[in-house]
Amino acid sequence: MPKTLYQKLWDAHVVHQEDPSSPALLFIDRHLIHEVTSPQAFTGLAERGIPLRRPDLTIATVDHSIPTLVGRSFPLKDAQAQAQIEALEANVKAQGIRYYGPDSGHQGIVHVIGPELGFTLPGQTIVCGDSHTATHGAFGSLAFGIGTSEIEHVFATQCLLQYPSKTMAINIHGALPEGVTAKDLILAIIAKLGMDAGTGYVLEFRGEAIRALSMEGRMTVCNMAIEAGARAGMIAPDETTFAYLKDKPLAPRGQAWEEAVAYWKTLATDEGASFDAVVELDATTLQPMVTYGTNPGLACGINENVPSPEAPPSHTQASDLADALDYMGLTAHQPMKGLPIDVVFIGSCTNSRLEDLEAAARVAKGRKVSPNVRALVVAGSQVVKEQAEVLGLDVIFKDAGFEWREPGCSMCIAMNGDAIEVGQYCASTSNRNFKGRQGKGGRSVLVSPAMAAAAAIHGKLVDVREVQKEAIHA
Amino acid sequence: MPKPITHISSRCVPLNKDNVDTDQIIAARFLKVTSRKGLGEHAFSDFRYMEDGSPNLDFVLNQPQYAHARILVAGHNFGCGSSREHAPWALVDYGFEAIIATSFADIFKNNALKNGLLVIELPEAVVSRLRRDCDANPALRVDVDVEAQTVVIENQAEQHFEIGAFWKKCLMQGLDQVGYTLSFADQIKAYEDQRPAFA
Repeated sequence: MPKTLYQKLWDAHVVHQEDPSSPALLFIDRHLIHEVTSPQAFTGLAERGIPLRRPDLTIATVDHSIPTLVGRSFPLKDAQAQAQIEALEANVKAQGIRYYGPDSGHQGIVHVIGPELGFTLPGQTIVCGDSHTATHGAFGSLAFGIGTSEIEHVFATQCLLQYPSKTMAINIHGALPEGVTAKDLILAIIAKLGMDAGTGYVLEFRGEAIRALSMEGRMTVCNMAIEAGARAGMIAPDETTFAYLKDKPLAPRGQAWEEAVAYWKTLATDEGASFDAVVELDATTLQPMVTYGTNPGLACGINENVPSPEAPPSHTQASDLADALDYMGLTAHQPMKGLPIDVVFIGSCTNSRLEDLEAAARVAKGRKVSPNVRALVVAGSQVVKEQAEVLGLDVIFKDAGFEWREPGCSMCIAMNGDAIEVGQYCASTSNRNFKGRQGKGGRSVLVSPAMAAAAAIHGKLVDVREVQKEAIHA
Repeated sequence: MPKPITHISSRCVPLNKDNVDTDQIIAARFLKVTSRKGLGEHAFSDFRYMEDGSPNLDFVLNQPQYAHARILVAGHNFGCGSSREHAPWALVDYGFEAIIATSFADIFKNNALKNGLLVIELPEAVVSRLRRDCDANPALRVDVDVEAQTVVIENQAEQHFEIGAFWKKCLMQGLDQVGYTLSFADQIKAYEDQRPAFA
């Protein structure tokens, strides 16, 4: 019987199922951990008096609470953040887990470093105590976020107790127009579906526009599967995937690489396999996207107007839209283009990879950040930062007036001191525009890196395709 | 390991909001902890407290008539967003034992159940009526029976909810899922032994 990619990975990882009403034991191939959601899991493991089963399948870094200021040094002024990082460092040392700390040259956002190390591979089950673990599905893996109790469960057993998800095909037809990016595509998908249509599903992104994306773009798309409510998003591996992974530090080599690629090529969804739900989207009519509300499903094209609570998107109640617009300080029918911006954040596990920084730098090159704007660029990892500096992107950003920061989650989650203030508008390349997400009372507008850079230069939301044609055609 | 849970009988707090994300339940600035305890005071912080730290008396959790309610009645898609288990930790530490909603986000549901916080999905009409009834009569009692999988709202017809046989066993017996999984250690070892070298 033909199978979907998800069904193939599920079947390949079921260790045991006691009876039909019980969850399956699903083997976990890769576990990524960070300082914020792991300490209580280590404590739980210690209380059980049992060892961590597979340190060889686990890696650790610090990203969420670490400062991104240049010249950051330890101990941190923030005693709580320092205690979390010390706890992680003590725990990984005691358990023999590979640790990519601030002195490693590989520290960064957990969903950036997993792929760039080649720790993330196709066909694997990958978990992390972070909802954006969906990112790794870009490689044709089954990757999803877990809570701390589940982290402890993986520490102790290298398995999770799971019920199968439903499957949803997201078929993208045609090619993305010039100047429209992976970020715009996933925002358009979520705007169509709403923020919870994916609950209970694993999404598989398919079609020409997906195949044409780089691995960075595919990661941006899968990263935000959770913003449609889906625990995981996936894209079948192909030559683009294999080319990205070849010779990555932890990727298989020699004969093992050949065997791996042969296996990975079998993972695509079979012809005739059926999905529980199918969504069709035309890529050719998309434009750069912006969010106007307080969840990622409340998004529209830059050239569209804010909808009215009298005619909300089909997935949103009128009262919820009215509440969101009130929080955002927006009125119905207002054009999104021209909205004044106070802060620009280019970073996060959604958009902090080299390709993202290059796209932003093309817009920023030779220009100046508006005097009314505070703009940050936070590379996703030390590796990305170094690659960007080799290309001179840091000089472009700094000359334009952007802050060039050390790697971390930074203003996406605003727990390390990088935050926006009450009432401020932030054009952000991150993934969540929830109330208070980037700072209490702050207002987030989610955009692509090029759109964020253009907002920084112009001090307001603009259509990057109109104002900086040469940057798009570069 | 959560303590076994079989019955809950309590007043309810009506929270008239859909899509309550885990950032709203516990803001990221409170996640810099290494223990599971003590997060209740920060639950719904941005709504509960004014700029100067005093309670926002307009917010339902601060209203004295709901002070000791152990059931929260929310709307649609409760617990969406971040996977932080600090959200159910904060709700449990605050004193909640169950959340009634029309739907829950996947990761939150799992995290809640792992902490013995019962998540109960009921139809839209029932949940919105319950919120209105709790609004009008804060003393309204709701009885939850895990074994029977029923919710009895005072003076109203009994409602059935789904929980799944395995989760029901876990909740009622306080079953340790790590211990359960390790009872299949032989199968895990056998699986590990046949994994390919590149995996």
